[in-house]
Amino acid sequence: MTAKSAVALSVEAVSHSYRDLRALDDITLAIPAGEVTVLVGPSGCGKSTLLGILGGLIAPSQGRVLMEGPIADDCLNPLTYVFQDFALLPWRDVGGNVALGLEAAGLSRDARAARVAEVLALTGLGAFATAWPKQLSGGMRQRVGIARALAVHPAVLLMDEPLSALDAQTRALLLEEFSALITASGVTTVYVTHTLSEAALLGQQIVVLSRRPGRIRDIVRINRPLAGRRVGDSDLVAVEARLWGLIRDDAADAAREFADA
Amino acid sequence: MREVGFRGGGFAPRNLPFAGALTLVLVVASWQIAASLGWISTRFLPAPLAIIQALVGLAQSGELRLHLAASLSRLAWGWAAGTAAGLMVGFALGLFSLARTPGLAIVSALFPVPKIALVPLFIVWFGIGEGSKLVTLGFGVFFPTVINTLAGVDGVSRSLIRMGQSFGLSRTAILTKIVLPGALPAILAGFRITTATAIILLVAAEMIGAEYGIGAFVLSAGNLYDTDALLAGITVLSLLGLSISWAISRLERWLLAWR
Repeated sequence: MTAKSAVALSVEAVSHSYRDLRALDDITLAIPAGEVTVLVGPSGCGKSTLLGILGGLIAPSQGRVLMEGPIADDCLNPLTYVFQDFALLPWRDVGGNVALGLEAAGLSRDARAARVAEVLALTGLGAFATAWPKQLSGGMRQRVGIARALAVHPAVLLMDEPLSALDAQTRALLLEEFSALITASGVTTVYVTHTLSEAALLGQQIVVLSRRPGRIRDIVRINRPLAGRRVGDSDLVAVEARLWGLIRDDAADAAREFADA
Repeated sequence: MREVGFRGGGFAPRNLPFAGALTLVLVVASWQIAASLGWISTRFLPAPLAIIQALVGLAQSGELRLHLAASLSRLAWGWAAGTAAGLMVGFALGLFSLARTPGLAIVSALFPVPKIALVPLFIVWFGIGEGSKLVTLGFGVFFPTVINTLAGVDGVSRSLIRMGQSFGLSRTAILTKIVLPGALPAILAGFRITTATAIILLVAAEMIGAEYGIGAFVLSAGNLYDTDALLAGITVLSLLGLSISWAISRLERWLLAWR
């Protein structure tokens, strides 16, 4: 019997190309169990490609990803994504969307209903079980995305810019909720973002990728629990400044490249 | 000082309640008045009341039931066969690379051919009986169904399919829970086109060689200069089209409530 997952990922010499375009080059990285690893970098550095490779949605051109550590008995989908565009099925209500992963795992109707009710309550969606996605705001839709991911009790949560489609206030509120949910569950998390303040608030290991082809430029650690971190904390502001220093030149080059394109 | 004038209006048409029905009533009433006053020749264009009387007479004699039953049966079987085949081929083209390119080439080559032009060929192949009529209808329904189904499948967001894969859904589950519902709006929109096409082809096929059927009845009435009966047949076709369109609207409202 394994009560709690504690899965670490090892990325071994991963490279990836889209035809002639080299997106990632020789990435070797350890993602520790139970920690939040944030991937940051300028546009087009291959952050989302790396996340796709981590969860098995993209086959790397070279290299491999290994999983190690126990997976809880109640985990139905070890590597679970939260998507930038929410990826909700518009023809299913909130409860139906959250239940999707549970159906795939073959859970009984009663067991599904219990898990759905549990995660809807956890994410503040209890009153919205029968609402259609179109009736929800962007923030509420992403809550459904989180609820759907938590319902399968993942061993690793892979979050692809989950807040980038939302307004600044909703982002700030949801980030606090993400932090609390991740802390409570202790799930290994890989979080992709453009926003350095998000990286500093949520990251325990922040991996800075260089401009295309994405290589690891630096890894910044914040040895402080997520609980208690606040916007404006001096150590986090210092981390943000350091991250910006690492990214700035690449970001400027990337912006010029896109403007020229 | 001058007040800033409003210049942002217009370009926002809206549906006026009852305006559609009222327009129809006005057109029919004007037509009736013009016929009654002798402004139009009722020999060439019978008055609405005469058409209704012809329709009642046909219903009472049982002739209408006979022709309508023959037409509805052909319409149902031909449309269902063409739709079923079109859905299967459309999904195959949308899902499988091996089917897509060769299938699209064949569909693109045959789709523009006017199906009515093929009726004589189908009569040669399948005889003057029911076979050639059903094949004409089915063939006409098949191509728009393929094209709409393919467009529907292609339109399903890759992100939703990725999501399904990320949660471990099987290929069958992705097909039934993501691709099929995602393609349904386009498929149902295609039903509107294919039912209208089917009625056109039905009438054409029945005019070429049938004893019973609304198309055969209209042709026969025309040959006899019985314009009352001719327009009664056309009224039945119009009502048939309206009924089918209404049924599809109900189906859309039921199946696409999430939109």
